[in-house]
Amino acid sequence: MSKAVIEFTDFSFTYRAQQEPTLRGITLSIHEGEKVLIVGPSGSGKSTLAHCINGLIPFYYPGEMSGSLQIMGQEQNGQSIAALAETVGTVLQDPDGQFVGLTVGEDIAFVLENGEVPQQEMTKRVEAAARAVDVHELLAASPQELSGGQKQKTMLAGVLVGNVDILLFDEPLASLDPYTGTKTIELIDRLQRETGKTAIIIEHRLEEVLHRPVDRIIVMKDGAIAGDLPAAKLLSSSLLAEAGLREPLYLTALKYAGLVITPDMQPQHLDQLRMEGHADRLQQWMDSCAEESEVLEASPLLELREVSFGYDRDKEVLHRLSMTVNRGEMLAIAGRNGAGKSTVSKLICGFYRPSSGTILLNGRDISRDTIKERAEKIGFVTQNPNHMISKTLIYDEIALGLKLRGIPEDIIRGRVYEVLKVCGLHELREWPVSALSYGQKKRVTIASILVLEPEVIILDEPTAGQDYRHYNEIMEFLRGLNSRGITVIMITHDMHLMLEYAQRTIVLADGKKLADDRPERILTDRAVVERANLKETSLFTLAVKAGVGQPEELVRRFIAFDRRVRHK
Amino acid sequence: MKQVAKKDILSIRTIVAVGIGSALFVILGRFGSIPSGIPNTNIETTYALLALFALLYGPVAGLLIGLIGHTLKDAIFYGSPWFSWVISSGLVGLIIGLLVAGISIQDGEFGRKEIIRFNLAQIAANAIAWFAVAPTLDILIYAEPANKVFTQGLIAGAANIVTVGVIGTLLATAYAKTRTRQGSLRKLN
Amino acid sequence: MKAQMLTFTNQDSPVHRLTGATKLIVFAVWSVSAMITYDTRCLILMLLISLVIFRISRVRFQDYAFVLYFILFFFLLNQLAIFMFSPLEGTQIYGTRHDLVHLAGRYTVTAEQLFYQFNIALKYAVVIPMALLFLLTTDPGEFASSLNRVGVHYKIAYSVSLALRYIPDIQRDYENIAFSAQARGIDISRKEKLPARLKNIVSILLPLILASIERIEKISTAMELRGFGNGRKRTWYRGRPFTRRDYLALGMILAIAAVSAVVTFYDGSRFYSIF
Ligand SMILES: Nc1ncnc2c1ncn2[C@@H]1O[C@H](COP(=O)(O)OP(=O)(O)OP(=O)(O)O)[C@@H](O)[C@H]1O
Ligand SMILES: Nc1ncnc2c1ncn2[C@@H]1O[C@H](COP(=O)(O)OP(=O)(O)OP(=O)(O)O)[C@@H](O)[C@H]1O
Ligand SMILES: [Mg+2]
Ligand SMILES: [Mg+2]
Repeated sequence: MSKAVIEFTDFSFTYRAQQEPTLRGITLSIHEGEKVLIVGPSGSGKSTLAHCINGLIPFYYPGEMSGSLQIMGQEQNGQSIAALAETVGTVLQDPDGQFVGLTVGEDIAFVLENGEVPQQEMTKRVEAAARAVDVHELLAASPQELSGGQKQKTMLAGVLVGNVDILLFDEPLASLDPYTGTKTIELIDRLQRETGKTAIIIEHRLEEVLHRPVDRIIVMKDGAIAGDLPAAKLLSSSLLAEAGLREPLYLTALKYAGLVITPDMQPQHLDQLRMEGHADRLQQWMDSCAEESEVLEASPLLELREVSFGYDRDKEVLHRLSMTVNRGEMLAIAGRNGAGKSTVSKLICGFYRPSSGTILLNGRDISRDTIKERAEKIGFVTQNPNHMISKTLIYDEIALGLKLRGIPEDIIRGRVYEVLKVCGLHELREWPVSALSYGQKKRVTIASILVLEPEVIILDEPTAGQDYRHYNEIMEFLRGLNSRGITVIMITHDMHLMLEYAQRTIVLADGKKLADDRPERILTDRAVVERANLKETSLFTLAVKAGVGQPEELVRRFIAFDRRVRHK
Repeated sequence: MKQVAKKDILSIRTIVAVGIGSALFVILGRFGSIPSGIPNTNIETTYALLALFALLYGPVAGLLIGLIGHTLKDAIFYGSPWFSWVISSGLVGLIIGLLVAGISIQDGEFGRKEIIRFNLAQIAANAIAWFAVAPTLDILIYAEPANKVFTQGLIAGAANIVTVGVIGTLLATAYAKTRTRQGSLRKLN
Repeated sequence: MKAQMLTFTNQDSPVHRLTGATKLIVFAVWSVSAMITYDTRCLILMLLISLVIFRISRVRFQDYAFVLYFILFFFLLNQLAIFMFSPLEGTQIYGTRHDLVHLAGRYTVTAEQLFYQFNIALKYAVVIPMALLFLLTTDPGEFASSLNRVGVHYKIAYSVSLALRYIPDIQRDYENIAFSAQARGIDISRKEKLPARLKNIVSILLPLILASIERIEKISTAMELRGFGNGRKRTWYRGRPFTRRDYLALGMILAIAAVSAVVTFYDGSRFYSIF
């Protein structure tokens, strides 16, 4: 066996601000050239573990350490962040926070500049690294001109250029559209194989990471290691469910069909999955859970007619876009990074005015209404909850909009309390907002809009960066709202979310409407999927592989069945 | 584990705070100026930001944000920096930073005593910068009439004192509240 | 709330080809010279030179037109204010008095005042083209290395670069925050009374500042991880070496500054008088 490059022995760590240790009794070794995936619910200590490897702990985030951690055979706390940076290259979750250069070239060169590499050598190395990740034509582009995927590639090149031995990725896929996410995983895999470097990936999106093989998966729970095993074994065990994580959808489908997953079936990748003799079971199960598809009566609530818009005069983002939102539905809007999804919602709310076309609400043209007037009917929840929260106490935050409308205090109190209950925040009403988790903050922002009693609520990426438990919490909550008659529009990159919760999906591409249909039909339509950077659902691939009669039907029935199972 | 002391006056955090603080100064300087109701005097929210950053990140950051932020704002939006006011902005950041050095707002400490201290500091800083330094520099550099520049300085200084006094104090108090409870409440979870 | 700003556009001209450091020095020395001198002859000569250079640079009118109007407006306002506050400033400076028109009260237009304000106008006219040129022809990517070359500590130079990098991002944050605040009924226009307006401003500023503080934390960890600030120096990917052209430009600016200083102070006064 090759030598261990990272070796934790009975390692624990407590942040200075915390009373309890965040990592406890970690014993783990990672060997040269290995590719390891770390999963675990939010707050389980994954990032903390990564910070120990790259030296942010204890040099940037101070705290109490015990046990031993060796990186390349040397004690970690005898080194410095700078020394460790020569061995470990880190790619963090948020590309905007890491992209410090004014252009792609400068950003890739950053680590070389700091190492005082002469300019000529630097130019060559930057060029080579950019070529390796295929951004060499963008060296002069500024971060504002790049898509999410291109930014992520630049980050990767910025790490590769330094010749590190260990590549560390903390949620590299968050905020990427599914296609770009898949491409990133392929890129990481290719680089890792070509260079033989050690790679450690932390990620919530298990199914997407497993698109390419990994050597081992480490499951973290409450700061300890709950499992350390190959993907095939993990997926055949109940460990994921116990840790509150989501398994790949195709496996859930097989389980519903009554199959028992074993490591020999090669469950870690759909292409290798062996289900000889089991295929009929799937067909049988599908036949057994036949069900009429629900038909919604459609009465239009919000209509966009031939809307065009551009932030700059010479660049149109939306071209004569027409779409309808029906009363009482749950609608998803999907499309690649930069397709104009957020722009549509900003136009609906009146933040910007379309250059041509009209927007109708309840059949009335609202082009002349102000932001405030529209807000009485349409609530908008921004992607980043921190952009909305402006009070320190939850109660004040939710009451803010009502106070500004001059509603008397006693009525406000009643309405806020009611909304607090609906949003599951009632017990926390006295808390300061800063004590909440991201998901809870998100719910506070939803509550602060809900209390204004809008007819439509628009959410920009409601579940980005959330683990499965919080994802469920938020989405079930939205479904509850929907069943009370509120129309919900969700902008999302999450194909599962679309399948499970949306009754209809509108796909945008290049500022136009590319498709408008039930999500299971959209996600099984190869042409649409390709053009909009979406991803075919693995259920569909499974159905085709198993030779099931109507693959789309399987997807639809699975979703319906799954919903019933999870609601029991 | 011993903590690595960040004695360096130009720590990375300070450098980044200067960069982001200057960018904020530029944006608020351009968009965040709000009519006060008194003719020709605006509420320049950007000085509330400067005071808060001086309080959070210290005198060096305050000085540099004032200098860099103001230069960039003038240059990018108005074509040419007005140096006497650039220097005065830097001075405001520096003096506030120096006078409030003892307040550890990072730990959520911002009660009545700190509010008074912060306001005395900002009044002193704004008074020195706008009542004395900016007009004097205007005369020395641009040879403008004394009574004009002193009147301008008086109005600007008074407006800034009120702006920082109200908005700066509210912001600092709100920020302090986001700090205190974090450690104490998280355990209840 | 889209605002136009002066930005670098990549073109080719002798001015564009100078290094950022040269342009920075030229701009600084030029501004200081123009500010010091009240010698009309020097100012007129400098104005001519700056217009010639402006021609050579081939920057396009549309790239700076919008600030020009702004500058003109500000400039008129300032001229008016000077006259309002000190109608006899010129008389004081030049020590003579030639009345032209009496307006009202203490307001009399004198030849000296007109000449004094003409000089102020000239000073603007001399500095503005160079300032515009500096902004329009200097690549921001090269700017930090230029600052570093003229003696600014590299860390401070880098914070300028960070500011330039994040201005667009922070502007977008600000727009998003301000718009969603408006949607909830937070009004900061004249319609609100002052106390309410102040409170509402805080409701917009607080999220912006908290988000920015978080951003500072993220960026500093990322920079820390990529080895910033270890060495006493750093090299620059976009740095450019000085060429003959740069030395020539620097020589010229120093000569102009020296001549202007000598001419200005030759007779012991900053002010050149025709009276
Ligand atoms: N700087 C810090 N100071 C104090 N506590 C911290 C700090 N950073 C993280 N923690 C705490 O440590 C715990 C683990 O956090 P960590 O970021 O490692 O989780 P994670 O597994 O990466 O979660 P996620 O999937 O949400 O990124 C959390 O409870 C968090 O509150
Ligand atoms: N405030 C703005 N000013 C100028 N251009 C903008 C602005 N906001 C967005 N854009 C540009 O408009 C286009 C569409 O952006 P939009 O945010 O609507 O995309 P999106 O579909 O929401 O993408 P994502 O999935 O990455 O959130 C992009 O090219 C973007 O760069
Ligand atoms: Mg994490
Ligand atoms: Mg978006």
